[in-house]
Amino acid sequence: MEPSDQNAPLRGAVTTLDCIGPACRCRIVGIRASGALRKRLLAMGMVPGADVEAVRAAPLGDPVEYRVKGYALSLRRAEAGQIEVVPEEE
Amino acid sequence: MTGIRVALAGNPNVGKTTLFNALTGSRQHVGNWPGVTVEKKTGRINRSGHAIEVIDLPGTYSLTACSADEVVARDYILEERPDVVVQVVDATNLERNLYLTTQIAELGVPVVIALNMADAAEAGGCAIDRERLSALLAIPVVRTVGIRGEGLDDLLDAAVREAETPPHHEHTVGYRNDVEAMIASLVGVLEADKDLAERYPLRWLAARLLEGDENALAKVRESPVSPRVQALLSTIDPDECEAAMADRRYDVIAAVLPQVRTAGARGMNVSEMVDRVVTDRYLGIPIFLALMWGTFELTFAVAAPFVALIEAGLARLSAAVAGSIGPAWLASLVGDGIIGGVGSVLVFVPNIFILFLILSFLEDTGYLARAAFIMDRLMYAIGLPGKAFIPMLIGFGCNVPGIMAARTIEGERDRLITILVNPFISCSARLPVYILFAGAFFGAAAGVVVFLLYVLGIAAAIGSAKLFRHTILPGESSPFIMEMPPYRLPTAGTSLLHTWSRGVMYVRKAGTIILAGALVLWCLASFPFGVEYGSSASLAGALGHLLEPLVAPLGFDWKIAVALLFGFVAKEVVVGSLGVLYGAGEEGDALSTAFLADPGLSAATALALMVFVLLYTPCLATIATIRKETGSWKWAGFSVAYGLVLAWLLALIVGRIAPSFIGGA
Repeated sequence: MEPSDQNAPLRGAVTTLDCIGPACRCRIVGIRASGALRKRLLAMGMVPGADVEAVRAAPLGDPVEYRVKGYALSLRRAEAGQIEVVPEEE
Repeated sequence: MTGIRVALAGNPNVGKTTLFNALTGSRQHVGNWPGVTVEKKTGRINRSGHAIEVIDLPGTYSLTACSADEVVARDYILEERPDVVVQVVDATNLERNLYLTTQIAELGVPVVIALNMADAAEAGGCAIDRERLSALLAIPVVRTVGIRGEGLDDLLDAAVREAETPPHHEHTVGYRNDVEAMIASLVGVLEADKDLAERYPLRWLAARLLEGDENALAKVRESPVSPRVQALLSTIDPDECEAAMADRRYDVIAAVLPQVRTAGARGMNVSEMVDRVVTDRYLGIPIFLALMWGTFELTFAVAAPFVALIEAGLARLSAAVAGSIGPAWLASLVGDGIIGGVGSVLVFVPNIFILFLILSFLEDTGYLARAAFIMDRLMYAIGLPGKAFIPMLIGFGCNVPGIMAARTIEGERDRLITILVNPFISCSARLPVYILFAGAFFGAAAGVVVFLLYVLGIAAAIGSAKLFRHTILPGESSPFIMEMPPYRLPTAGTSLLHTWSRGVMYVRKAGTIILAGALVLWCLASFPFGVEYGSSASLAGALGHLLEPLVAPLGFDWKIAVALLFGFVAKEVVVGSLGVLYGAGEEGDALSTAFLADPGLSAATALALMVFVLLYTPCLATIATIRKETGSWKWAGFSVAYGLVLAWLLALIVGRIAPSFIGGA
């Protein structure tokens, strides 16, 4: 996979939001989605540079609840997989 | 007295509806926005010499043109030019709420911010400097607490003041230098089209074009400047521009926030604690099912005495009418036609009111979002959104409130599919028909037969959902991007008002259609003059004979054709009509004996009949509801046609293969 954003911090490898475990924090570095989904994600605060925390998965494993911009947002793993993130170190 | 139009905008879950209700009280009008199924509410207030019309725009997170809600809100502000837009902002969640503010401001309309739920923010130890916020945004900010009606006068005064102030500078976000340069070039080109320049704020239009907004592109497609616009746009990457602009809006907000907000220590969070339990991996689903069962029970059990009361009242009324009206035909018209027809609507009223009360409670507390969160995985597998579970469940009681419950689904296609498959969920009105036929022909196995019918209904709903998704309503199920709002205690007043306005609308709209339908059927059953109501000699009987060849392949005779015809009014009417036609009255035993004595009726035919009753056109009330909820006769007509075809085909198959299982035809 090619590095998608030259602004990504050097520490920590770029991964996608669906790979972030519960109670882990990360920073968004890019949005792969396009069209309506992209607009929707941007409007909901999933913008490059935003800090995101995975809160919990639904009982059947999908969707997942995240905390971003001070509120709770839930996404299916399919959509979370379109968001590129860098895990944050404690 | 001058008229002022105030448009109420805001994110979902910020208390906009509560504030709207507090502002307008009961003086509101509920309808639909033209062409879409989005609810439109308007209200009137007279205040200090101004007739203020408040228009409640759909709740949206942004003003891109991705959903019907967003297009409605955006087009209203752009095309109808309200005198002022009041944005209701959740004081506890400023960051995301102000994102919409940056977009509304770009539209070049006067804006007032209602800083709502201010009490909740203050209780959380979060102080917001309103004057500073107002100065930084160049937008008046008024403190409101919608549920207690605080700050309404100040809000109206501020709105009137802004509406009367001549338009001042546009308060917009300054984007990155290269984006600003592109906007300037685009505005330069667009200015040449006087028509466009008059209709739209050009800076706004240029920014949307840079984002590759379909709706904005369509606006310039017809313009003479279109080729030059296209040439400019071909040099940029719309996705990159869009992200840069969204990023910049949040940057502006991030710069404002620390100056106006002193965040309190985040103490114990009640919402988080509740969520740990209700969305728990093991407890989540049982709690959800228990709540749904409770909703179902309450909707039908609590309503039952009221339903019985209404039925008793209607029976008395019919009896009184029969006794006091001279000509028998007139007594029949009033009794069977009008009272019977209107009665078929009225008996649903208690269920609908109670259901809406519970649903608005679940929605206002924030639980509905959790229910969707929990069920999404399962419903996604059958091509429906998580929220579609509730309409399906309620459909087992009655399809009318089930279809109305689909209102909580945002995606237009998802909602349509949920509505169209609901009639296949076997409602309680079909049960008397099953009990009669399964009891007469299947004896001890009756329970299994009825259960299998319910399963067949669910299978038909799932199969149809998949079919619609691949044919008439193509496309993926809309992405699941849902806010999980904090839990809140709703006020009784809001929920009751909500329930009342929707309930009244149901009675009025559905009532007129059903009354007309019931009258037509009465005429069919009563003409020509002097025949026995609904007998072979009546028009209905003639129609039954006419339809007989159509249903003959299913093994049905003219009597069943007539009964099915009457079943259009309501499914349970099938039983009553067969009682009349077989001359056995409505007593189950007598009718069962009459069935068994009829050589034309076999167990296989009975099974085919039950399948047909399960799947064909729900009832007039349901058709009227589909018409109202989808906003077009097209979908109501489609539902009828599709249901009839599916019922006919499956009844034929069942009738043909059943004899090999149950032995002998």
